[in-house]
Amino acid sequence: MTATPAAPLQVNTGHGVVLYLEDVTVSFDGFKALNGLTLYVNVGELRCVIGPNGAGKTTMMDVVTGRTRPDRGRAFFGQSLDLTRLSEVEIARAGIGRKFQKPTVFEAHTVLENLELAGARDRRARGRLFALPGPEDRRRVEETLALVRLTGEAHRPAGLLSHGQKQWLEIGMLLMQDPKLLLLDEPVAGLTDEETARSADLIRGLAGNRSVVVVEHDMEFVERLGGTVTVLHEGAVLAEGPLARIQKDPKVIEVYLGR
Amino acid sequence: MTARSSLLLPLFRATPRAGWWAVAAAAALAFVVLPALHLLVAPGHPLHVSDHVVTVAGKIACYATVAVALDLVWGYAGILSLGHGLFFALGGYAFGMYLMRSIGRDGVYQSDLPDFMVFLDWKELPWFWHGTDHAAWAVALAVLVPGLVAFVFGWFAFRSRIRGVYFSIITQALTYAAMLLFFRNDTGFGGNNGFTDFKRIFGFPIAAPGTRVALFAASVAVLLGTLVLCRWLVTSPFGGVLRAVRDGEPRLRCLGYEPLWFKLGVWTLSAVLCGVAGALYVPQVGIINPSEMSTAASIEIAIWVAVGGRGTLVGAVLGAVLVNLAKSWFTKAMPELWLFFLGFLFVAVTLFLPGGLVGLLRSRRPRRPTPASVAAPASPDGPAEEVTA
Repeated sequence: MTATPAAPLQVNTGHGVVLYLEDVTVSFDGFKALNGLTLYVNVGELRCVIGPNGAGKTTMMDVVTGRTRPDRGRAFFGQSLDLTRLSEVEIARAGIGRKFQKPTVFEAHTVLENLELAGARDRRARGRLFALPGPEDRRRVEETLALVRLTGEAHRPAGLLSHGQKQWLEIGMLLMQDPKLLLLDEPVAGLTDEETARSADLIRGLAGNRSVVVVEHDMEFVERLGGTVTVLHEGAVLAEGPLARIQKDPKVIEVYLGR
Repeated sequence: MTARSSLLLPLFRATPRAGWWAVAAAAALAFVVLPALHLLVAPGHPLHVSDHVVTVAGKIACYATVAVALDLVWGYAGILSLGHGLFFALGGYAFGMYLMRSIGRDGVYQSDLPDFMVFLDWKELPWFWHGTDHAAWAVALAVLVPGLVAFVFGWFAFRSRIRGVYFSIITQALTYAAMLLFFRNDTGFGGNNGFTDFKRIFGFPIAAPGTRVALFAASVAVLLGTLVLCRWLVTSPFGGVLRAVRDGEPRLRCLGYEPLWFKLGVWTLSAVLCGVAGALYVPQVGIINPSEMSTAASIEIAIWVAVGGRGTLVGAVLGAVLVNLAKSWFTKAMPELWLFFLGFLFVAVTLFLPGGLVGLLRSRRPRRPTPASVAAPASPDGPAEEVTA
């Protein structure tokens, strides 16, 4: 539906779990991108999802953000919000933020405008028409600019930023959006070692107040992030646990790490 | 802060100081200088401004309003309409109904019915002609009909996420279908002859110098108002979302924005502005017929905007004025070459001058880069991709 509720949907995480995926199956022309995937993410958790290409990592994110509807299974945000029934916009407003693999900032907008766009409280057309950023909004933007080290670039069009700066700007946009659950798709792809270290700090800082799910290929980066690791294989969970244990798991070594 | 000042102040501030000077200069020219030169200076005097010049200037002001309206949706929201002539024509027809009724019994057949109805042997007015003898109702129709058509069409198209070139093609089909409908005598709008032979407007003789000047001044007032309104819209946070719609609609959804209402709002406003321009255009040129709904007429509007420079508003005015002056000259000097020239112009601008004339002027005078000049869209869809300069 295109109806746009004024108040965002309330997320109920009374049981300490923010995301429930149960027996989720998605097939594209007979190919099962997800095959009975079951995964729970706790409140405040930092979860890394790894797996070979085609394991279903991106499809999983698509299901959570409402881009793809599962053929079977349940997907809930908190205890009461059925993600398979909400629109992309409703899901975003309820508090799920997503960072795509390649940086997708608005290149013609300035860095500042990108952050303001992400941080706006009233996202309806009418609300945007007469919106005036208050001192509180400005303070948030300035804090975020400092955090992602883009204060000096605030008035430059985002298209002129380096690749690494764009990645950070996008993380900054997610901070402004202030979601309860954050999905990051390969946030350090194409970054230098130094930038990667900085990104790891930023992402670790994000967890705690909110839950973060990171899809990543770079094992060194996963190690740096810490947290629980889930290994996907052929659309289902192959193993789950701390990285040290995962790395010793013979099934995992066979399908993924060993190659 | 009162509601009034909180609305008017941003409206005032959105246009920069130089912009207000330009508005004042244009207003002085349109409301004082040109009327004086037309009405007070005797014909034959070298400073006299002729009927013809006043009419052409008024007509171009209406075209420029349409161009600004198209730039609002194309340049800022990435919605390329190749059917804006339809909204212009609908506004023109709506007001034309009033002009036809104002002829009264002074028509060829001296009937209460418009001449074309007598010719078709109709005995009474069709239902949709009722009330059109009241100017206020005709003006309301000129706003409501294009607005409603745009709203309904836009709702279905945007809700189905039809974008880019597909949307453009459908707008072409829409205006073409409307043209075929209006060509039919049975439709009740005078078939291929349309409306003409107007005698008076608001009780004044339509071709009198005073009426001419008033219509011209009203057209310029509408153009200036449109510019100020659109400028406010595109510089407001709403405008920021519009540009985001243009550059990455799917990404915007992930941020919790529903693009539908932003697109639909600006699309409907654009159509209404075209309708108002059409209503002012018809009494000045003295005729409205279905050719205004031809696909070529709508494409021409897009060419004005492209020539002037998309996403700049003033560029649309510049493009509309220059291309139409060129057209006036061409269609007199070498009419058979006009369409070739127009086609050549479009190709040349697309290839060599993607930022249009305004883009050219800005690149000559280096300033801080404008957003439009660095645009590289964040998503792979539609003609929004081409917003690079």
